[in-house]
Amino acid sequence: MSSGNRWLLPEGIEEILPAEARRLESMRRGLLDLFDSSGYDLVMPPMMEYLDALSTGLGQDLDLQTFKITDQMTGRLMGVRADITPQVARIEAHYLKRTGPVRLCYFGPVLHTRAKEFGGSREPLQLGAELFGEAGPQADAEILGLAVDTLARIGIEQPHLDLGHVGVFRALIAAANIDAKLEAELFDCLQRKARPDIEEVLASADVSDDSKAMFVALMELNGGADVLERAQQVLQPAGADVATALENLREISALLAKLIPSVPLFYDLAEVRGYRYHTGVIFSAFVAGQGQEIASGGRYDDIGADFGYARPATGFSADLRTLLKACPVTTQGDAKGVLVPFTDGPELEVEITRLRNAGERVVRELAGATAEDMRRVCDRRLVRKGKQWHMENLQDPANRAG
Amino acid sequence: MTDTLTIAVSKGRILKETLPLLAATGITPAEDPNESRKLILPTNQSNVRLVVIRATDVPTYVQFGAADLGVVGKDVLMEFEGRGLYELLDLKISRCRMMVAEPRALAEQDDPEDWRHLRIATKYVNTTRRHFAAKGIQTEIIKLYGSMELAPLVGLADRIVDLVDTGNTLRANGLVEIEQIADISSRLVANKAAMRMKYDAIRAMVEQLRGAVKGSAERAA
Repeated sequence: MSSGNRWLLPEGIEEILPAEARRLESMRRGLLDLFDSSGYDLVMPPMMEYLDALSTGLGQDLDLQTFKITDQMTGRLMGVRADITPQVARIEAHYLKRTGPVRLCYFGPVLHTRAKEFGGSREPLQLGAELFGEAGPQADAEILGLAVDTLARIGIEQPHLDLGHVGVFRALIAAANIDAKLEAELFDCLQRKARPDIEEVLASADVSDDSKAMFVALMELNGGADVLERAQQVLQPAGADVATALENLREISALLAKLIPSVPLFYDLAEVRGYRYHTGVIFSAFVAGQGQEIASGGRYDDIGADFGYARPATGFSADLRTLLKACPVTTQGDAKGVLVPFTDGPELEVEITRLRNAGERVVRELAGATAEDMRRVCDRRLVRKGKQWHMENLQDPANRAG
Repeated sequence: MTDTLTIAVSKGRILKETLPLLAATGITPAEDPNESRKLILPTNQSNVRLVVIRATDVPTYVQFGAADLGVVGKDVLMEFEGRGLYELLDLKISRCRMMVAEPRALAEQDDPEDWRHLRIATKYVNTTRRHFAAKGIQTEIIKLYGSMELAPLVGLADRIVDLVDTGNTLRANGLVEIEQIADISSRLVANKAAMRMKYDAIRAMVEQLRGAVKGSAERAA
């Protein structure tokens, strides 16, 4: 690399400069406070760990997304985490081993070998909450409610909430007795909602006509509240497992109508994202102007089994970088502080402490700073009149320092 | 803005064949797209606009949400590595085939069953690699941006992977079709978020276009 571009960062890696960092940090604090006040305990999993722990269960899809390095202490392969959720599941299963509900939340950067979308970040700042130990619809509704509260806290009042259930697709696969290869093809078609492709795949498949019709119908099962009823009818031949999944969605929706009455619910039963590890309801939140979901989650029971403690689990996560782009910009601009002389008497120090405790930004005047430098960071200054310190407006030319 | 639909269409043949389908659903550009230098074209419907861009850019625009819908060839979609697009409808326009082709002399003594390691020139690097990898054949791929037919003639590659319509260009350069990779036609793609946020508008347009596709197929028959 020539010295001219030493400043260059790797693709998909970016730094956050002061104005944005201030917004992001205030967002992070606000959201962790929200989680805390909702009963979620913060955990801080490590940046890296042994690969076999990272890629267990939930992490299998993430293997190619994980940066790997050899541990020089042991020679074992380590991975830099690409998702914090499996780490939290490991902590829950191995260390806490509690009975009854456990609520955990987390925040931290993760690394991806490739950005999820073209031009996206390879270092998302993942924030999330997980609820373990409760299998019923209440836990899912609580997590969904918390996801909506999270968006509301940063100014996104009307997200588009989309619910699905991996049990539907899974039951159709089981009922049709489909092999892994065809299952993968159908999964791929559903993810792309490619009706021409699914019709072509099914045309040559050894599957009953009933099943074929249901897979095609599944692709169209998206929209408002009527989806569940339509599904009940068209997927009726698939049997009890589909009915159970639909009932589960109905129960969760009924609870959400009370928890977040102002947010309309939509359904997409063909959404099969992460269905290898999800076991129940899945959901994502969208807002206008963002091409991809801004928060997502769902149920993933028994992930802890690989760590010796299988538990019901449900949760959600979001990337703070995405949220920062999606939330409305509050025009607070750069924070301006109060300029004070570098030193004076003890009264000044008392006054500085008082102002800082009150949330003001207090900046000491350095000898080399020009009036212009000072006005850039401060809009007021403390001036002594007798024994009292008074606040003056720095922008007013009459009060400008020499 | 939630109700505005932006449709990305690639220049050239796809645009030409898309316009009649849109016209059948009542949408016509306010200006002649072949004359206009504008990149964003308003239409006779105030809530629908077209962006006319390069074919390979269409999936990117739609994935980012810069356009809600797009009309793009299956060849471009197969090559596109991004995800998060819905392929709602086969518009059955700009149809052709993606083929493996080689010089006639080679073809006379060639048996695809014996292929082990191939040197292939193509624009469709990802698709070609995937196709042969699935058959257990190693490939060395030379990425070219045009005039693929030239590569075997000058010894750059043994075979090519390219789109074939009538086959005239292949024949004129002494090449023959050996193996088909896929049938190609243009698809209507949608952005994942737009599909949800503008559900009613997109659903209605898909149904109208489905009717238009059916209508034009019946006329052709």
